[in-house]
Amino acid sequence: MTWLHLYARFLCAATLLLIAAGGMVTSTGSGLSVPDWPNSYGYFMFSFPLSSMVGGIFYEHGHRLIASSVGVLTIGMTVWLWRVDPRRWMRRLGVAALAAVILQGLLGGITVLYFLPTAVSVSHAGLAEIFFCLTVCLALFTSSGWRRSGTTGRHTPVTLHSTDLTAMALATGLPALVFAQILVGATMRHTGAGLAIPDFPLVFGGVVPNEWTFPIAVHYTHRLGAGMTALVIFATVRQIAIHHRDRPDLLRPAGLLTVLVLVQIGLGGWTVLSGRAPVINTAHVATGALVLGTSLLLALHVNRHRFPDAHPSMAYPPPPVAIPAKRGAAV
Amino acid sequence: MQQQNLWTVLSMLVLATAVACGGGGDAPAATTAPAAPAFDPSTAGNVSGMVMFDGELPAGEELMMNSDPVCAMTATDTMSSTFVGSDGHLGNVFVYVKEGLEGQSFPAATGSVELDQEGCRYTPHVMGIRVGQTLTITNSDMTLHNIHASPSANDEFNMGQPIQGMTFDRSFDQPEIMVPFKCDVHGWMNSYIGVLDHPYFAITGTDGMFDISTLPPGDYVLEAWHESLGTQTQNVTVATGQTAEVSFTFAQ
Ligand SMILES: [Cu+2]
Repeated sequence: MTWLHLYARFLCAATLLLIAAGGMVTSTGSGLSVPDWPNSYGYFMFSFPLSSMVGGIFYEHGHRLIASSVGVLTIGMTVWLWRVDPRRWMRRLGVAALAAVILQGLLGGITVLYFLPTAVSVSHAGLAEIFFCLTVCLALFTSSGWRRSGTTGRHTPVTLHSTDLTAMALATGLPALVFAQILVGATMRHTGAGLAIPDFPLVFGGVVPNEWTFPIAVHYTHRLGAGMTALVIFATVRQIAIHHRDRPDLLRPAGLLTVLVLVQIGLGGWTVLSGRAPVINTAHVATGALVLGTSLLLALHVNRHRFPDAHPSMAYPPPPVAIPAKRGAAV
Repeated sequence: MQQQNLWTVLSMLVLATAVACGGGGDAPAATTAPAAPAFDPSTAGNVSGMVMFDGELPAGEELMMNSDPVCAMTATDTMSSTFVGSDGHLGNVFVYVKEGLEGQSFPAATGSVELDQEGCRYTPHVMGIRVGQTLTITNSDMTLHNIHASPSANDEFNMGQPIQGMTFDRSFDQPEIMVPFKCDVHGWMNSYIGVLDHPYFAITGTDGMFDISTLPPGDYVLEAWHESLGTQTQNVTVATGQTAEVSFTFAQ
């Protein structure tokens, strides 16, 4: 394991922590407890006294501190990649991550200065997941396993194209579905609709709400989306477990996804039943990010052959075999 | 030449200051309200009344203040202000003339209204203010507060008061029932301010009593507003020299 990969993993973990810290801000209703930005009560962010981190400020200012640290870590990642990674697309991915984290910081500031408009807060939540996905990519693409799987030899995965279009389609579409489900969840969260349907797993004692308001509709969509996402995850996992037992790079994320999606649905129900207890609610947000990140890992492994650093032999359809022209022979 | 320029600039500054200072105070009142009062105060009548609560008043909720050590240490009152009152009387109800004063103008309010943050709560919890009147917000605590008003008709604002003794002034352009105030540092801190373009409003004390005095004679719709119990309206006729009695009864 290289230092760069270790650093990328650390950035990824720090980003998950940052998402959880952001989750705590909304879950505790602390988003506006520091009215100014980028300063905190007139103090430069890093000189704001720790003893003043009381009440909601603990979450809001804490989120800003962790966010700045992740920003600095990202600058380091981008510079490091730029200097050492021979893959041009990889260096560009580092720049994209840096751009995303800067934009994310600005969105965070804007949402504070404009009193948490739903569109900005939901964008902030969505971009957080996209940035997290970028850090997952950086961690994966710097791993030795990924680099090895791009070469021919013992570790070369068989491309799924020719063998299993079902697994290919399911695994590739899954991250988009999970991301959409997270966006619905974020909309529910930032419109305060988390308890619009107060019971779980039933819906007002039944299966379908009797009356429809925007909060109820958003909330219900998130529950339907959860069911649908879980079904697609199970279908994907089943396909991989049955047909690709020889692929640990697929089996591992598939197994993890199974566990995570069950935990996630449990946490979602618990969030409702606990009346949105901040810690439970935040665990639900963090696990959502993990489901997305894991589904992304699976999708990337399935599509390994599409990457510029894949060995030409992995391409599909296979490249025409170059027949060395025999001297003097008619072509 | 240079000296002449200096004098020009200085005199312009003085002029500008004079205009700015004058404009900040009574000038708008002079342009909007005619000098003559809208009615003869000697013809006025009054409304007096009581707001009752039917049944047992919900038990006060204890506010958990331990997320801020300063609040936990200094707060003398840790009971919620939502339901206050005794013997069936309901306090913190905002009673005001909702209809019947249209088209009339009244002398501008004098002085400012104070909203204090003390012991990690707002004092008062419910209050009224005139359109354009100054609201002075003070932090009397040794901790930080943010003052976050989320009106619908007026402009939303959110400002920090990190230092004890800090004050700032705000005012509202539009009548609004009610403007909610919240501190996001201390999630339990909230208050409500009714903004009106006339002076006929009152807030009930713990005895449920209110008085609205010196009203022009006429027919009015009176509304009573409570933060959790909603609103009720009643018609009332005010006659010269008389005090009309009104009572509202809220229930859960
Ligand atoms: Cu406060």
